[in-house]
Amino acid sequence: MVAQQLLELHDIVKEFPGVKALDGVRFDVLSGEVHALCGENGAGKSTLMKIISGLYPYGSYSGELKVNGTSRKFLSIKDSQSAGVAIVFQELSLVKELTVAENIFLGREPSLFGIIQTTEVLMRTSALLKDLGFHMDPSQKVGDLGIGQQQMVEIAKALALDAKILILDEPTSALSDTEIEVFLETIRRLKKRGVGCVLITHKLNEVFAIADRITVFRDGKSVTTYNAKDVDEHKVIADMVGRELTDMYPRVSRTIGGPVLAVHDLTVPHPTVPGKNLLEHVSFTVRKGEILGIAGLMGSGRTEILMSIFGALHGPRTGSIELEGQSLAFASPQEAINHGFALVSEDRKRLGLVLEDSVSRNIALASLKRVARFGVVDDSNENKIANDYIDALRIKTPNSASQVKNLSGGNQQKVVLAKWMLTKPKVLFLDEPTRGIDVGARAEIYKIVNDMAAKGVAVVMVSSELPEVLGLSDRVIVMCGGRVTGEFSRDEATQERIMAAATRFS
Amino acid sequence: MNLASRLKQSWRMLTMVFALIAIWIIFQWVTDGAFLQPRNLSNLFRQMTVTGTLAIGMVLIIVAGHIDLSVGSVVCFLGVILTMLMQKGWSAESALMVTLVSGIAISAVQGWLTAFQKVPAFIVTLAGMMIFRGASMGVTEGVTIPLEDSWIKTFGSAYLGQEAGWVLTFVAIVIFASLRVQKYRNSVAHGVSTSGFGSTLAMIVAFSSGVLLFNSTMSRYEGIPYPVLLMIVIMVAFHFIATKTVFGRHVYAVGGSVEAAHLSGVNVRKIVLGNFLLMGLLTTIGAMILTARVESAQPDAGQLLELDAVASCVIGGTSLMGGKGTIYGAILGALVMESLNNGMSLANLESFWQYIVKGVVLVAAVWLDVVSQKSSR
Ligand SMILES: Nc1ncnc2c1ncn2[C@@H]1O[C@H](COP(=O)(O)OP(=O)(O)OP(=O)(O)O)[C@@H](O)[C@H]1O
Ligand SMILES: [Mg+2]
Repeated sequence: MVAQQLLELHDIVKEFPGVKALDGVRFDVLSGEVHALCGENGAGKSTLMKIISGLYPYGSYSGELKVNGTSRKFLSIKDSQSAGVAIVFQELSLVKELTVAENIFLGREPSLFGIIQTTEVLMRTSALLKDLGFHMDPSQKVGDLGIGQQQMVEIAKALALDAKILILDEPTSALSDTEIEVFLETIRRLKKRGVGCVLITHKLNEVFAIADRITVFRDGKSVTTYNAKDVDEHKVIADMVGRELTDMYPRVSRTIGGPVLAVHDLTVPHPTVPGKNLLEHVSFTVRKGEILGIAGLMGSGRTEILMSIFGALHGPRTGSIELEGQSLAFASPQEAINHGFALVSEDRKRLGLVLEDSVSRNIALASLKRVARFGVVDDSNENKIANDYIDALRIKTPNSASQVKNLSGGNQQKVVLAKWMLTKPKVLFLDEPTRGIDVGARAEIYKIVNDMAAKGVAVVMVSSELPEVLGLSDRVIVMCGGRVTGEFSRDEATQERIMAAATRFS
Repeated sequence: MNLASRLKQSWRMLTMVFALIAIWIIFQWVTDGAFLQPRNLSNLFRQMTVTGTLAIGMVLIIVAGHIDLSVGSVVCFLGVILTMLMQKGWSAESALMVTLVSGIAISAVQGWLTAFQKVPAFIVTLAGMMIFRGASMGVTEGVTIPLEDSWIKTFGSAYLGQEAGWVLTFVAIVIFASLRVQKYRNSVAHGVSTSGFGSTLAMIVAFSSGVLLFNSTMSRYEGIPYPVLLMIVIMVAFHFIATKTVFGRHVYAVGGSVEAAHLSGVNVRKIVLGNFLLMGLLTTIGAMILTARVESAQPDAGQLLELDAVASCVIGGTSLMGGKGTIYGAILGALVMESLNNGMSLANLESFWQYIVKGVVLVAAVWLDVVSQKSSR
């Protein structure tokens, strides 16, 4: 089969107030190929995809968009859908109150005279999920699913369209390794069917596993397009960040002090399933200046450990938690924060940010006491502090007064980090801290976390990225089914050992 | 829907039913047995029809994340139009037609302002509440306009004959049973998970006994009142719209997450406008029933009706945050509200108590909701 050109974009320019997000971009997709799009946070990748999918309608950008050789002017998502374009957006866009099946068919319900064919919806969803190898109940409410599963629903939703052009904007950022394998396999199958795929991801191993071509964006411009065979990771990274990145995980020598946080026998029952536990007899300690990594598969209870200690899980729990020798049990996140805890959560939209608010207000939110005097917020102080962090973390934003919802996904994550760093915590909890963050910024974040540990903060980091866990942690504990199934020092920890412990169901 | 959330939902309905029964028992006791007399129950159901009809439309509006505070005043205003036209010699049909067109037009304007111009529904309809109250007072010059004799009065005080009542009951049971059996067969044929034939049978039995009890109680007085029949038909129709149609699904999606609905290609503005148009239809019907019941239009009719309707929805489990709520729940809520009104009047409680008690029940219902949700998180 001769690959034909499904999609072409020429000279696309898109401006937002204060930012030129895209500056003369060209891009194309052939049938039966995966075209990976790489670039730093804020490079303009998602913006381009929103143009292709009609979310930014014709007229709000300049340049030409061609599907199958004919020029198109999409005015809405419906237009692009009927032209055969399907998209998985970077930020989850599901209705939590509706079921998996209802979400998958939202906006295009099979119907007769306006009446939904419920059985058809259910059956087609079951068939689709089975075809994809996703295990979930079509009639489960999406709000009851974990974020990884929600992302699978999102993918299924796009695939349900039977599209010719499939756009995936960081589809795997919340998936576990096995889920990613299933996902990649699905993409390979779609490729064989002639579907043209655009894949945006910050995980370069995925790019090289599946992409046929790679285009690199930098600062709103398409820098180069390679055949994937002809390049390696270093070259792509260098193009993305505009410089050579040598060492992602610099080993910093730190002095590790006495225990700061000691958790003993923490058990948390499942809120709805009687007799089942989210966490069972979990014990560990973190010392001053130490980075403790928590590895494990999705749903193994890693997030729950953090949430439970942080007082963010309602309901009963048993066991003891000690902070610097003092027994504590936080009933609310506020108490935890007052005692010097900070939590960078995995779902930044839901738990981390006030999207409508400005960058500076978000950064100051958890430390208003520090920013305010006699209960009155000192705006100029707030701005000054925010600007310090914007510089330190290289947050890409027009200024500190811009709304957070207008930042690119990765930069939003940096705002969350800044917010918690400002609280000057004793104990820092990180839950998937680099989800959706580009390599350059990742290296910066690792450096920041290392620096904080060096200053004596006890860090607990949950991550699905084994290289990150291995590269950063002084010690690693591994979770499986709500229990600790392994503990390794930095020298003992290897990928194989961690994976073995992570699948040790007892 | 999976078992857990289904249980949670029917649990919600069950507590409502038990709360209602408890209220009824208390009133039965306080009123020395007057409350549960067929005559009083017939009255009670008749009285709830206006609130119930409005609550049905209000559910959809609230689920989509908006609110309509104008319905009380608009009901009054439409009643004025209806009676005045008939007073001028118009036939009942043409007067009602004009009333309907006015009702739809009013809600179309309010819906357009909300959906397309992005003026918050709270403000638009609060303004509507003032405007149409004022208009009613102005047009009537403060006097009551009697309703001319016509078939419209049927929806005030007429009753369905005994035989017709039994025939209807029988038909309802047959339809319900065959639908259930059909559904069961379908799910077995498609291998979609079911909880066995037992639960289907239990539902049929429960439904049948409920309907039979209702009809026999009503026929021990005069029979089923026409307005109640009308409300039931509307309830079933709107339940169908809410749960089975694309439009209904989109209403819930918009309320659950505007963003997600928009990204899925749902035309959010049309959905919101559609909601308001349906509300216009129901407001007209509400106006007709109210006018027929009091046989006149009065410039102060329908005061606080909008709040009763909202309260009914909320007591019935509708979330003011949007995305959640059922038609049946709202009707149950309306029944609770009206039972309180009726029972307390019957017990000769002073009217100030009625307000206080209704307020307490409203807060208690929502509080229970919030608490039960928190504990299941
Ligand atoms: N609605 C908006 N209003 C103003 N600026 C915006 C808006 N959307 C995006 N931007 C800006 O446009 C630039 C490109 O953003 P975009 O989301 O396309 O980046 P990205 O390449 O997808 O990054 P990431 O990897 O972090 O997702 C960023 O500087 C961002 O701040
Ligand atoms: Mg992006």
